[in-house]
Amino acid sequence: MARVRVIPCLLLRGHGLVKTRKFKDPVYLGDPVNAVRIFSEKEVDELIILDIDASREGREPDYELVAEIAGECFMPVAYGGGIKTLDQARKLIRCGIEKVVINTAATESTDVIRATADVFGSQAVTGAVDVRKTLFGGYRVVSKSATVEVKTGLEEHIRRLVDAGAGEIFLNSVDRDGMMAGFDLELIRSVTSKVNVPVVACGGAGTVEHLAQAVQEGCASAVAAGSMFVFHGKLRGVLINYPQGLRLER
Amino acid sequence: MIVVIDYAIGNLAAVANMFKRLGVVCEITSDIEKIRRAKKIVLPGNGAFDACMQGLRATGLIPLLEERVLHEKIPLLGICVGAQMLGHGSEEGGEPGLGWIDMQVKRFPALPGLRVPHMGWCHVKRNAPAHPLVQGMDEDARFYFVHSYYMQAVNPQDVLLTAHYGLDFAAAVCVGNIAGVQFHPEKSHRYGKQLLGQFARNG
Repeated sequence: MARVRVIPCLLLRGHGLVKTRKFKDPVYLGDPVNAVRIFSEKEVDELIILDIDASREGREPDYELVAEIAGECFMPVAYGGGIKTLDQARKLIRCGIEKVVINTAATESTDVIRATADVFGSQAVTGAVDVRKTLFGGYRVVSKSATVEVKTGLEEHIRRLVDAGAGEIFLNSVDRDGMMAGFDLELIRSVTSKVNVPVVACGGAGTVEHLAQAVQEGCASAVAAGSMFVFHGKLRGVLINYPQGLRLER
Repeated sequence: MIVVIDYAIGNLAAVANMFKRLGVVCEITSDIEKIRRAKKIVLPGNGAFDACMQGLRATGLIPLLEERVLHEKIPLLGICVGAQMLGHGSEEGGEPGLGWIDMQVKRFPALPGLRVPHMGWCHVKRNAPAHPLVQGMDEDARFYFVHSYYMQAVNPQDVLLTAHYGLDFAAAVCVGNIAGVQFHPEKSHRYGKQLLGQFARNG
């Protein structure tokens, strides 16, 4: 039995932490360093931090903030947002993170994945894919925080990421983001059945049962969630939480 | 003082950060004088085996490390690829390892459903519970692993901790003053903190 990683996924906007719904309407949650410190104290399996504005605004990662966040993490942390070059990846890893998450840049060219994996190894590179369901029931890869549609099909795009050296795929459903009504299991299955690297499912988790479904029915290697770990109750009061003794197995 | 050998590979800040949290004086360095005076050495490693070996060799520090570790017998802890480098070599590349521990590094086999790299938390079995590095370890201790290759020691008594992913593999090896851990103690919450603390105090 392998223990399944359960990963809070935190979104950065400027210097603040936010949570979106369907990649829109960011709600301000608070100070990211403080939130990360609490997650570290709760001994979360891992963290994913995504700067949701960096690629859209065409700017570099905020290295100072990343270093401050990494300094609080006694667990692995992945960072994504605005990474286009090996040099940026190197700077981030020097800041104290384990993995760089490449999304938008890889929809244009997988060079940065290949270059980073060559130097730091595949385990240091997560290929992230944001997916939206089309009107006809198919799936479409989107980039720049779901503002741009990508021509390459989902399966082909993911194959390119893995071939270039991504050691893990972070699969996020735009339609399920922030809805807390469960994962898109069909989407997860369609990806896990095609690749041999770990797949982290994200988008839609509201309960521990949802997480278990993504693992058991979707065959995800790991699960990520945002809202579930930052909101409490029907009124969505902000409360950093992580179920004590949470343990999913596969 | 503990020195973390800096050969421009990977995430060294995290190791130093954990020692800082433990109140242990540590420095990330490739300075010959500092390594000469060090009480203990941490050898980190990240990424490809060959790149790590080439990087370490390029610093010119290997003869000094051999003098300090093999002759003066100060404690050394290898982490991840830094642990793998203690063996003779790896299936990942063609570079010879340091050869300080009689072991080989092998790729995880292609088994159905076994995704590689092995990335995640894993419980370990203690083969020598009284060893200073692992004594008092929590029964439920778990560590963060991320690797595609695993250590296989020739002598079973050199295996300090065993973990399982598709097959049993050495999560930690130890021969005298030389130890290596496949996982990342600096990223394994209080479990890793305890191990690094015991390395700093007892090692």
